[in-house]
Amino acid sequence: MNIPGDLKYTEGHEWVRVEGNVGYVGITDHAQHELGDIVYVELPEIDTEIESKEEATNIESVKAAAPVYSPVSGKIVKINEDLEDNSELMNTDAYGAYIFAVEMSDLSELDSLMDADAYKEFLEKE
Amino acid sequence: MFSYLPQTEKDIKEMLEVIGVDSIDELFKDIPKEILQKTPLNIPKGIAEYEVYKRMTELAQKNRQGLSFMGSGSYDHIIPSVVGHVLQMPNFYTAYTPYQAEISQGILQSIFEFQTLICELTGMEVSNASLYDDHTAASEAITMAVNTRKKADRILVSGTIHPNTRAVIETFFSDIPVKIEEIKTENYVTSLDAVKDTIDESVAAVLIQTPNFYGWAEDLTGLADLVHEHKALLIISSNPMSLGILKSQADWGADIAIGGTQPFGLSTYFGGPSVGYISTSTKNTRKMPGRIVGQTKDVDGKRAFVLTLQAREQHIKRQRATSNICSNQALAAMGSGIYLSTVGWKGLKEASSQSFQKAHYLYKRLTEELGLKAIAEQDFFNEFTLVIPDADRVLTDMESQGIFAGVGLGQFFPDLKDAVSIAVTEKRTKEEMDAYVELMKRVLK
Amino acid sequence: MSSKLIFEMSSVGRTGYRFPDIDVPDLPLKDQIKPSLLRESVPELPEVSEVDIIRHYNSLSKKNFGVDAGFYPLGSCTMKYNPKINEDVGNFSGFSGIHPLQSEESVQGFLEMLYETTKSLCEITGMKWGTLQPYAGAHGEYTGMKFFKSYFRKKGELNRTKVLVPTSAHGTNPASATIAGFHIEEIQADERGLVSVESLKSQLSEDVAGIMLTNPNTLGLFEKDIIEIAKLVHEVGGLLYYDGANMNAIMGKVRPGDMGFDVIHLNLHKTMSTPHGGGGPGSGPVLVSERLVDFMPTPDVKKNDDGYYFDYNIPDTMGRVAGFYGNMAVLVRAYAYIITMGSDGLKKASEYAVLNANYLKERLKKTYHLYYDTTCMHEFVLSAKKMKEEYGISALDIAKGLLDHGYHPPTIYFPSIVPESIMIEPTETESKETLDGFVDTMLEIYQLAVDDPEKLHEAPLHTAVRRVDEVLAVKQPILKWNAE
Repeated sequence: MNIPGDLKYTEGHEWVRVEGNVGYVGITDHAQHELGDIVYVELPEIDTEIESKEEATNIESVKAAAPVYSPVSGKIVKINEDLEDNSELMNTDAYGAYIFAVEMSDLSELDSLMDADAYKEFLEKE
Repeated sequence: MFSYLPQTEKDIKEMLEVIGVDSIDELFKDIPKEILQKTPLNIPKGIAEYEVYKRMTELAQKNRQGLSFMGSGSYDHIIPSVVGHVLQMPNFYTAYTPYQAEISQGILQSIFEFQTLICELTGMEVSNASLYDDHTAASEAITMAVNTRKKADRILVSGTIHPNTRAVIETFFSDIPVKIEEIKTENYVTSLDAVKDTIDESVAAVLIQTPNFYGWAEDLTGLADLVHEHKALLIISSNPMSLGILKSQADWGADIAIGGTQPFGLSTYFGGPSVGYISTSTKNTRKMPGRIVGQTKDVDGKRAFVLTLQAREQHIKRQRATSNICSNQALAAMGSGIYLSTVGWKGLKEASSQSFQKAHYLYKRLTEELGLKAIAEQDFFNEFTLVIPDADRVLTDMESQGIFAGVGLGQFFPDLKDAVSIAVTEKRTKEEMDAYVELMKRVLK
Repeated sequence: MSSKLIFEMSSVGRTGYRFPDIDVPDLPLKDQIKPSLLRESVPELPEVSEVDIIRHYNSLSKKNFGVDAGFYPLGSCTMKYNPKINEDVGNFSGFSGIHPLQSEESVQGFLEMLYETTKSLCEITGMKWGTLQPYAGAHGEYTGMKFFKSYFRKKGELNRTKVLVPTSAHGTNPASATIAGFHIEEIQADERGLVSVESLKSQLSEDVAGIMLTNPNTLGLFEKDIIEIAKLVHEVGGLLYYDGANMNAIMGKVRPGDMGFDVIHLNLHKTMSTPHGGGGPGSGPVLVSERLVDFMPTPDVKKNDDGYYFDYNIPDTMGRVAGFYGNMAVLVRAYAYIITMGSDGLKKASEYAVLNANYLKERLKKTYHLYYDTTCMHEFVLSAKKMKEEYGISALDIAKGLLDHGYHPPTIYFPSIVPESIMIEPTETESKETLDGFVDTMLEIYQLAVDDPEKLHEAPLHTAVRRVDEVLAVKQPILKWNAE
């Protein structure tokens, strides 16, 4: 299972890539594997204010639906419109295909997220 | 003894041996002794099929049929004989929900056709496979609007919708933070001014019924623009038989079209089953409740149909589902589909316009010759409401002579105890209507 | 062979039905109604002959499978035989030709039937009274949750916002509780597959309205601790809801009311033999204990010296849950079934349902992995997890393999707490020969999984269509026919 070392992770199987004060959010390899072929993602609206652990969007496969929670609080400043027609990118390129990006209001929230090793351990326990 | 229980003594003995117990009772050992039933159920023992037939005949004979001029959401239309014959085809009515697409293409295709027919009539882009009835469809449509307009929590509901729809909605939203508000009426139709006075961006949806509960065909000019200006959704509920003559919900600018398809191929049957329909534009597809059939291909490239977009539904979303609906009105919806396919547009126009013409004929005779007054001077489709003094007695007297003359509205609204709503369908003849008028003349004296 | 859509069979000018000629003046519409109210668009409805209609649907019915055609061991669905006398009496014009708003005096037959049906269902379930309004099981669950809300509103305890639901529950349970205004909290199962009483104890707080259970549960196992569970929930002031989907296991043996349940719904299209109709119409009556009767939906059917009547005067009613009184055509069939079977027949039905299930279980567990190896009730669950690991064959592959042999597959992937689950419920209307035939086929399929798994990945081969592309259906939704 692929778990890049430079990202932060949540128990809900989301990852965050930090670029300055913007956090790019996607779902992990484990999550896409569990869901199966992803057929649809409901992209959030730009400028939406979001809280950490608040539901940002929803991903669908044929047989499942999963909420995606934002790992950080802030304002949504970017969404990955590629996913509208190519939702399968989340399967083939889980860590390259971000879903939305948050201009973070509280960078210290990142400290409570898991790093790659912790996430690996977490997956082994599940 | 019981023809639906094929087990013989020999079978039972052999099965118990394989299982490794001495008696069937042992299989129930997990039931705590203190609650295990020791006496038989206190209902009569089973009877022979012929005795069932006699008992049901006895019950049916305690109901009385008459010449029906009753409406209020349930209409006595002509039903082509093919409808019943198709519905009795065993692999339709004894079939399960079509989850296994490979052996359910019959049902799936018929639902796909039903969805298409509903879209054609309402002018909308997508439809689902049915809801329970038009009244519960209203709750579902409002839920769709609430989920679309996340921060808006007011719902404006016309004072002219069917009171039973109003009751269903109020119960449904009684524990949900959504406020149901009544739009004032004027002359027994929705007042556009009243909507203007109260609508703002806190309104998620406006619900209108046309033809309305009194039968009046509402003029909704300007309503859609007003509703959309305030970012709300317009939900229009219509008797689909009226869509043979009257403007479709899409033509009025509705976002969601709902109603009940009982007038298409289903008997009145004391109120059920009916079939609720719901249709909307493509962008709202994922908010629609219930099953939806889609077209796809199989591994050989053959066209095939399948239940799709299931990620909306309760078996996947569970507590996050926006609707809990599982079983719907499938077979009854199929009946309505068969009806529409059989009569076609030509036939639907015929049934619809005859219903219209005959209702206007009766209206004319009752108002001009008997001097009865309508509750309001309004356009109507096949149903109208008159003021009839001493309505209860009149209806009872007419009934005793075999004519169910209308629906007394006093049972719904105490201050309308002399209002009677009268519906006429293509099934009624001039002779029957003339008899109605003659009898009404005598009864009114 | 591909069936044409009815729209594709259309030919301009063809007629499927002749209405009587109009016998009143056919006056211009625009003289009788404002022209701006008239329809402008022309819908594309098919123009076909009656022969076309019959051939079309006949061909469709050949591409479909029903209980009349063969075995349907669908766990949780109770696909028992649909008696034909029920269809005959269901079609009486003395039932179908009645308007819902006719005078009470003219519908005494229906009112008597509704009253007697409610009474019988109460006796079968051990409850006090009920409503036949809900149109389906899920609708009954919603109604049941409204009973909860009404009860707590009257007591001034609307702080009770939580309903506990097992992880193995049918999806409609949490969905129904949510739309009725509750939040869900899941209860874990223990290693027996039953509700963990210890877990439950830790979750019973002042904000719990109650618990939704089914018994036997969705694994086909009887919740042995039910008396204690009921006591614990009642002690904190909560109520118990019974999902009656599995009622077929216990008629005449034990009653939910006696287990301690306060509200129950039944699925008449399961337990009481009414046809599934390809997904409906069903009927989900709700029966309640004494303390909840006051909140009954309006109207209630009552009896006095003059006969039967609708009572609209229920001060604490929850209101209406349906437009009229329920799926009447379904209720007629259910009533006919109840009087056909009676106290002795219903008990036998449950006994033989449980017998058939245990027999199948014993014969299959030698080959397949029985997830909980214990006495089951009317259904049991196998798991194909090991087969997936060893042979690459999933529950789906086994299901598709069965299609080629003329069986409807069992329920798969529910309940989700069992990986690669296959839930089998034979019902009592199947003979030992049918069960043995099914076992033979299941063993054949297992052997195929071992010897030649690719064959199962390709199954079915002989059905009207083969495996369908569900991903395509979602990614490129085509939800209706479009005129080119």
